[in-house]
Amino acid sequence: MTNEAIKEYITTIAPEAIFDETGEWLTITVESNQLKPMATALNEQPMQMDFLFCLTCVDYKTHLTMVYHLTATTNRIINLVLKANVDRANPTIETVSAIWRTAEFHEREVFEMFGVQFLNHPDLRNLILEDETAIAVDEKKESVNEQKGYWPLRKDFEDPINMIKL
Amino acid sequence: MLSLENITKTTQDWLLTKFSPTMALTIECVIVILLSITLFALLGLVLVLLERKVAARIQIRLGPNRVGPGGIFQTAADTLKLIMKEGLTPDKADKFLFNLAPFVVMMVAMLLLAPIAFAKNFQIWDINIGVLYISSISSLSVIGILMAGWASNNKYSLLGAMRSGAQIVSYELSAGFAVLTIVVLTGSLQISDIIASQENGWWLFKGHIPVIIAFVLYIIAVTAETNRAPFDLAEAESELTAGFHTEYSGMKFALFFLAEYINIFIVCAIGATLFLGGWMPLHIGHWESFNHIMDYIPSSLWFMGKTFFLIFVIMWFRWTFPRLRVDHLLNLEWKYLLPISLFNLLLVTVIAIMGWHF
Amino acid sequence: MYNQTEIIKDTTELGPEGELVINIGPQHPATHGVLHLVVTLNGETIKKIEPHLGYIHRSIEKMCESLTYRQFIYVTSRMDYLSSHINNTACALLIEKGLQIEVPERAKVVRTILNELTRIASHELWIGAMAMDLGAFTPFFYAFREREMITDIMEDTCGARLTMNYIVPGGLMYDIHPDFQTKVKAFVKQFKEKVTEYEDLVTGNIIFQSRTKGVGVLTAQDAISYGCTGPVARASGVSCDMRKIAPYDAYDRVEFDEVIETTGDSFARYIVRVKEMNQSIRIIEQLIDNIPEGEFVGKTKNVLKLAKGEFYQRVETARGELGIYIVSEGATTPYRIKFRSPGFSNLSVLNHIAKGSKIGDLMATMGTLDLVIPDIDR
Repeated sequence: MTNEAIKEYITTIAPEAIFDETGEWLTITVESNQLKPMATALNEQPMQMDFLFCLTCVDYKTHLTMVYHLTATTNRIINLVLKANVDRANPTIETVSAIWRTAEFHEREVFEMFGVQFLNHPDLRNLILEDETAIAVDEKKESVNEQKGYWPLRKDFEDPINMIKL
Repeated sequence: MLSLENITKTTQDWLLTKFSPTMALTIECVIVILLSITLFALLGLVLVLLERKVAARIQIRLGPNRVGPGGIFQTAADTLKLIMKEGLTPDKADKFLFNLAPFVVMMVAMLLLAPIAFAKNFQIWDINIGVLYISSISSLSVIGILMAGWASNNKYSLLGAMRSGAQIVSYELSAGFAVLTIVVLTGSLQISDIIASQENGWWLFKGHIPVIIAFVLYIIAVTAETNRAPFDLAEAESELTAGFHTEYSGMKFALFFLAEYINIFIVCAIGATLFLGGWMPLHIGHWESFNHIMDYIPSSLWFMGKTFFLIFVIMWFRWTFPRLRVDHLLNLEWKYLLPISLFNLLLVTVIAIMGWHF
Repeated sequence: MYNQTEIIKDTTELGPEGELVINIGPQHPATHGVLHLVVTLNGETIKKIEPHLGYIHRSIEKMCESLTYRQFIYVTSRMDYLSSHINNTACALLIEKGLQIEVPERAKVVRTILNELTRIASHELWIGAMAMDLGAFTPFFYAFREREMITDIMEDTCGARLTMNYIVPGGLMYDIHPDFQTKVKAFVKQFKEKVTEYEDLVTGNIIFQSRTKGVGVLTAQDAISYGCTGPVARASGVSCDMRKIAPYDAYDRVEFDEVIETTGDSFARYIVRVKEMNQSIRIIEQLIDNIPEGEFVGKTKNVLKLAKGEFYQRVETARGELGIYIVSEGATTPYRIKFRSPGFSNLSVLNHIAKGSKIGDLMATMGTLDLVIPDIDR
């Protein structure tokens, strides 16, 4: 399946999707509310992108971008990058853990690192970090990130104790 | 010099000439207690070192070689360390049972020492139901382990103790049936009688294939009964950290450790007595001259040699096999070993009745 | 911090249905590191496994955001410390791809040999550790005998035994040691002789087989859905070898088979790893006599700057597919870096495949998933 064919197919599902071919792989950017239907469609015939090999989030200071790297185990040559921008102040997005179960853990990681709320996630708790309530008890950390929340991988995260600025 | 045959007799005679019979008996008791405690300490030191050396040999390494020549004082140094350690008792443990459990396990091991014949005429108590005594007492050790597991107030300990309970209760059966085959052949429960019956050959050689099967079953069953790998589910350090003795430290832990080795010694001694003739030298039928040459080797050496050979076999198991899973363990006993040993006992009975054995 | 422990304490009370909750880890003989599993038991049967991670979380992703492209490679050695060479290679490949640096052939071949040696060393350690989880101590020492030879080669070549840091963007940091070829050949010879020893000790053992066969079965569908890669997925019949799918370094010019088993149980995962070691030996044998002469490092600028854009590089580590995702804003440091570690996805499947089995099976399953905790926590 060539990039052109993929684009054509995707346009039939989501006409407003934005394509970007500058990177190694074809990148598709959709609205955050369009992500779940888009992911469902990609997982099914004819694309069968059944392997989510990377799920992460990037903080662009103005907004957060969820990045999903997809491939098909039947045809590993095709790789797609699916992106969705979410609001930075109130980041919510539909979970894809029902489609690719690996997303469950990856989304938990993104949740604690970036504070993105995944709707309908089966078990959205901190996986690696301590519990949020525990952090609030720790006064030193609270004073710095009182308003912002405790999301270490966001760009404006400050931790005067543990972080060394170069 | 290594023959212990006449020591008991002369000691008793000498005591009786000096003291009243009651006094003499009391002194004898004290001597026996002291000797058995010394034996325990010595066995602990020797067996732990032996295990470490055997393990090292199997695992292509050297083993302890720093304390004393060839590392022979390593276990003594370890014991010293364990004595100096603080014996912790967990906060919410049942303190009485927690502290009692190691001693229960130890006492059971000590009681089992009574009917073992270490050499010709060198036996603490030649009770006429010797074999029955052994099998009944050895099943008591599970009480100590359950006590330790329950009183520790630790889930690992509890799981380990429960496993141990299931395991020991099941494997008692095959061990018992294996022992019974010899009783059937001998017609006596008394240890001295069983040894005497092997004067013209050990039962392992005299009793055809059924006795060999019984011997193999016995070794498997006692390995399980002493909680040794591959049946060490009660400890299973990769699953339950240390099983029933997770919470024990210092000397209380050392008692469990020691009891394990003493138990191995005892079951191997019993195995050697029943199947390999105890202190009886290797005699073959009516080859008088051969038998006579064999008699020159002291009986105590025969006994120790056989026992340590069996101990080595059990150690060899430990360092070769992976651990069984708990349900496989029970399957093995109830679906394979128990039916085989029942059938085997029947065969041996037929052999004994028809007089087919040598 | 310690609210988390309080939560665990709450659940350790006996549940209404007689459940028993035990904490396996963070200090436990079977977890090989600081993995913390909260296991809900019903008797000996597992009802639920819940991993609690983060005991060795260093936030490597955040750290790398303030390190330059030359510096951040060294942090990745500390991720999956058993395949640090391969992690380093992944970073170097990504930078080379981004800057279109020409890598000399010599460097490519040496990198491939070192990667395969690392894979063997990792699998050797795994065999020993897994056998120990199952209660057999002896294979551990047998496996370490051969692993020691590899670490010696690494020490000669890179100066380090565990965190090599030998690979730089453009090639290698130094040229290889003059004895490299003879030592590797000696290792290959010894390995071929001795590998049968612990295979005899482990593979054919009936207790080992009964402990692993049919235990922790992972279907191909689940392996894909859970994002499993590496030997774990290949044991379930999913073809996912990055060396075949997207060859890097010298993998396109060597012959080797992608080992695939179909049963998906712990025994299949074991077999896959043992066969993979033999395939690695095959690769090394093809390359060791054909190391081209020439430069060991390509020409690079002193200060590396990736162009604005996104880069993704995948390599096959001993545990599976390692992905490095870099978002660059054109500066000397990455704007955002994400390590897609194989262990993280492989761990997520644990609850699914170990549920309903016994505690003993959990050790077999966990052992054959080959979890390295710093790789999971990052």
